Amino acid sequence: MFQKRIVVCLDVRDGKTTKGIRFKGNVDIGDPVVMAEEYYNQGVDELVFYDITASAERRGIMIDVVRRVAEKIFIPFCVGGGIATVDDMSAVILAGAEKVSINSAAVRTPSIITGGARRYGSQCIVLGMDAKVDSSMPSGYGIVIDGGRVKTGKDMLEWAKEAESLGAGEIVLNSIDADGTRDGYEITATRLVSESVGIPVVASGGAGIPDHLVDVLTRGKADAALVASMVHYGDFSVGEIKKVLSESNVPVRLD
Amino acid sequence: MITVVDYEAGNLKSVETALYHLNAEFTISSDPEIIVKSDKVIFPGVGEAKHAMGVLRSRGLDKAIITFASTGKPLFGICLGAQILQDYSEERDTQLLGIIPGDVKLFPSDMDLKVPQIGWNTVSHDSSLLFEGIPQESSFYFVHSYYLSTKLSGGSDSPWIAGRSKYGITFASAVHRDNIWATQFHPEKSGPKGLKLLDNFIRRID
Repeated sequence: MFQKRIVVCLDVRDGKTTKGIRFKGNVDIGDPVVMAEEYYNQGVDELVFYDITASAERRGIMIDVVRRVAEKIFIPFCVGGGIATVDDMSAVILAGAEKVSINSAAVRTPSIITGGARRYGSQCIVLGMDAKVDSSMPSGYGIVIDGGRVKTGKDMLEWAKEAESLGAGEIVLNSIDADGTRDGYEITATRLVSESVGIPVVASGGAGIPDHLVDVLTRGKADAALVASMVHYGDFSVGEIKKVLSESNVPVRLD
Repeated sequence: MITVVDYEAGNLKSVETALYHLNAEFTISSDPEIIVKSDKVIFPGVGEAKHAMGVLRSRGLDKAIITFASTGKPLFGICLGAQILQDYSEERDTQLLGIIPGDVKLFPSDMDLKVPQIGWNTVSHDSSLLFEGIPQESSFYFVHSYYLSTKLSGGSDSPWIAGRSKYGITFASAVHRDNIWATQFHPEKSGPKGLKLLDNFIRRID
């Protein structure tokens, strides 16, 4: 049976995870490679690393992280943050990542999606979209960039369809309104995007309890759900989330 | 010696890392002579069939793989590497190597499912050596829009099927006959079960 994916997202700055992340057992871990292994052992289906390193000259550190992660975990993982050219994508993929995620750069230069897809195949190219409620937009949601500060004037659904036609293989839809609330995913926006495109949609932003994942993977029609703080602070393990999903008849990988 | 065929396939690096992890002795090569003389060959792949066939032909690797397959020594195709072993692909009307009978087909568009299939799916397998120690309905990681056919041209089930999975339709997720092995999924990205399967190919199959 085909299964819904649980994706854990890690923010990385200068080669370290950004928060004093605490697994059950209260051990502070700052090494993204050690954290990746922990989630791998918990049974996560996929990982995303977002590089939020500010200075360009320190970005090589991330490539080293990618290389070390690839040696330790044997599931797919995606790298995003600061990727603006096809050469940036190459560096990450050649270091061992399955996928690259592009967000603001794709809004500014949509042809980067096509360039990446031609070189590595659509399955490698993930479009990250930050959506925000905007009643002036046809779908009711607009696309924002640069961490939600800048409105692009793009409608969420128009951009999702355009990205698919340009060659994106997957969409990570992050709701700026829900992000950080831990009150649940943006179900309506997720369902709208998932029903408008033929590529998988990963829901992001707002997860607080396992039932939120049940909701977005059923009513929200998401193909995968991204979690961060709800697992980073030890509130839930990936295994506990999957147990709830399975009991709610959402097919997930338990072995 | 195990040789991994290097034709710039997208998952070469992942296969290499997994083999290192398993302490396998292997070499990576695009030299047809080395491939033909190997004890075992792993033929990886991610990408597009026509382009891949072009690269293989330009380096004489198409003939090398066919020759190696005829020696009776174990050959393992992964994902696109599995598909290329069949006769023909609907992906840009491409003639393939003709080692595994049957055609590679595009998932139907009317399935109400996303294409490509990206993610984990369960496999019902035939308990052959490749799956030794791997329970039925274990999950493996798939990324593909085209699938290995389970039917021969006459309409009967192919005797080559070693594993079946369902994504709208039932398709061959693993194939085996004599010395030829192939999986549509990526064992190198399928966690501990995938590593076990690769280990089976390296250590259990002669």
